[in-house]
Amino acid sequence: MQDVFLITIRRLRAPLVTIILVFAFSTAGMTLIPGVDPSGHPWRMSIFQAFYFVTYTSTTIGFGELPYPFTDEQRLFATLIIYLLVIGWAFLVGSLLSLTQDKVFQQALVSARFRRSVASLGEPFYLVCGLGETGVTVSRMLDRLGFRFTAIDRDERRVQALEIEQLSLDAPVLAADVRSAQTLAMAGLMKPECKAVLALSGDDEVNLGVAIAACLLRPGLPVISRANSAGIAASTAALGVTRVISPFREFAERVALAMRAPDTYRLLVWLTSPPGSYLPPSQPPRIPAPPGRWIVCGYGRFGREVGAAVQRAGFELAIIDPSGAQEPGVRTVKGLGAGAGELREIGVDTACALFAGSDDDTANLAVAIAARRLNPEMFIVMRQNMLSSEVLFARFGADMTLAPPQIMATECLALLRTPLLAQFLDLVRRKDNLWAYALAESLRALVGEEAPLFWSFAIDADEAPGLSDVMIRGKDALLVADLARNAHTRDLRIACLAVLLIRGAETIELPGDDVSVRLGDRLLFAGRRAAKDNQSLTLSNANVAAYVLGDRRQAEGWIWRVFEKAVAR
Amino acid sequence: MNLEKVVFAFVILLAATLNFGFVYGGVDNPAHHHLWELFAATTVNLVAVVLKFGDRTHIGAVQQAAGLVALLLLLAASFAWFFLAPRDSAALGPDALSSIVSLAVGALLANGVSVVILIVDTSIQRR
Repeated sequence: MQDVFLITIRRLRAPLVTIILVFAFSTAGMTLIPGVDPSGHPWRMSIFQAFYFVTYTSTTIGFGELPYPFTDEQRLFATLIIYLLVIGWAFLVGSLLSLTQDKVFQQALVSARFRRSVASLGEPFYLVCGLGETGVTVSRMLDRLGFRFTAIDRDERRVQALEIEQLSLDAPVLAADVRSAQTLAMAGLMKPECKAVLALSGDDEVNLGVAIAACLLRPGLPVISRANSAGIAASTAALGVTRVISPFREFAERVALAMRAPDTYRLLVWLTSPPGSYLPPSQPPRIPAPPGRWIVCGYGRFGREVGAAVQRAGFELAIIDPSGAQEPGVRTVKGLGAGAGELREIGVDTACALFAGSDDDTANLAVAIAARRLNPEMFIVMRQNMLSSEVLFARFGADMTLAPPQIMATECLALLRTPLLAQFLDLVRRKDNLWAYALAESLRALVGEEAPLFWSFAIDADEAPGLSDVMIRGKDALLVADLARNAHTRDLRIACLAVLLIRGAETIELPGDDVSVRLGDRLLFAGRRAAKDNQSLTLSNANVAAYVLGDRRQAEGWIWRVFEKAVAR
Repeated sequence: MNLEKVVFAFVILLAATLNFGFVYGGVDNPAHHHLWELFAATTVNLVAVVLKFGDRTHIGAVQQAAGLVALLLLLAASFAWFFLAPRDSAALGPDALSSIVSLAVGALLANGVSVVILIVDTSIQRR
């Protein structure tokens, strides 16, 4: 705000001095020119009367000749000063208007507004750096999950795009150099409410810069960083950031997972999808099994990762690349891949699958459409780069469509949504088809088709005060099943499932109903929101917890407890 | 020679000297204090304040503060003159005049500080 004021004054210095001088001259003149009052006596204006006249004249209010009609001498001078005053006034107003058009001034105004709205953020928020496709997707998902965030990007158009975006809560967004520590501090890095920094720009060095700044300025703050190249990924990881995500690696891992265990892939997609999405139907696995040939169109970084994953799985690889990238021992055709000639040359009739993975959505669609016409049986995997192409990709209906921004966003969100979730998802990734299918079915039976909500808590005085109180007092043996009891009717079960239990260094996955829970344990639950609310009653209220744990209605106050003990004795 | 510096020093000195000129003389003697001099002093101080604004240095900030104090006191003196002057344009009474002049003396002190800062600022310039 101070900047805005200083800039205003500095730019308006000349018009202000002009106005002061013109006013002083006019006031002095009007005071000195002799006039005549109605009774014919000579009379002069006081300084105040002159100032009053000058003020209403210069602003074109024009009350007239006050307090007495002027003499001709006075009128002559008034004519002169009217021109002077109007010029001075126009100068001031003009400068003021051009100031509001001024880039620097607008920047100062925007910065001041941004600073103010960040300062007034009183709840936990995340700091998103870089608003490319990934950043926007993450922002949108954060918003849908009800998290607050601030965002910065160097590109003004991207910032405007996010401002137009229909967010449920206004997020402070600023166009500024993301790498500067000052900008990060302005976006709330130093505020205790800042819970994590997400470096998601497309430029590796920018992300590294953000990670370094965050690690130095707020040691211990979770940082999630995107890294395209392995080198940058290694140096970012060396800083001790929470997680380095490589879009190419994640992408290829998904493809590999879908090949290895389709049901695990399906479960993972369901669990990480934003609230309101549904479980994709379990299909007989369409994805081909080795041996066979995969055609990779566009052998860039995505193509390379997918090609390697495909070869690891035991497939033969063939490449179509516009730049003619070569790989030893792999059949390569130079071209876009959208022409029937190229596709025939690479052997589209005998191939089992095709990956359209260039960085151009139009090219990918063209390739996929041509390939499907030539070989309708082929399994088609597509890379979708832009969010705006969603409609076209959905209409085409490839067997598998992967959008790198979407993948990045779900990875970030998995880390941020609740503690333990990332750990659980890592665990799911390593599981086989059967396990994943069983879990998907039991979760579906419990919580329905809609993507479940995850929440975690520790059995301690902070996060479960009521329950831990009862456990300390009564030493009641507590089972996982007890945590899923309805707080109002203990024999009913609420729609949630314990998926992870951490006790010290020990991890129990999918703890069964008969697993005992002890003080200090940390649990991850999946279920409906209503179940979470119901459970939080048990966790926070000692009386409810006592009711849920045992049949006996426990005395509520301390006096009654002492009294009951005495009676029992 | 920097014209901006000349104008700046000129305005500050003019503000201080006009202020002094108005104050000089017996504190309650109407013959020693003229309304026009107060008017001129106030106007020049106003210009000085506008010129001083926008300087981000520490010394500039102190000068701004001194200028604002002087302006405030001179405006107070002007208002006092406006309210205490008899309606029939007779001369001011000694009571009214002495309170106006004492306000202006306060402004003179602030203007003095302003001039001192100007001199200090000039003397620490190496060129």
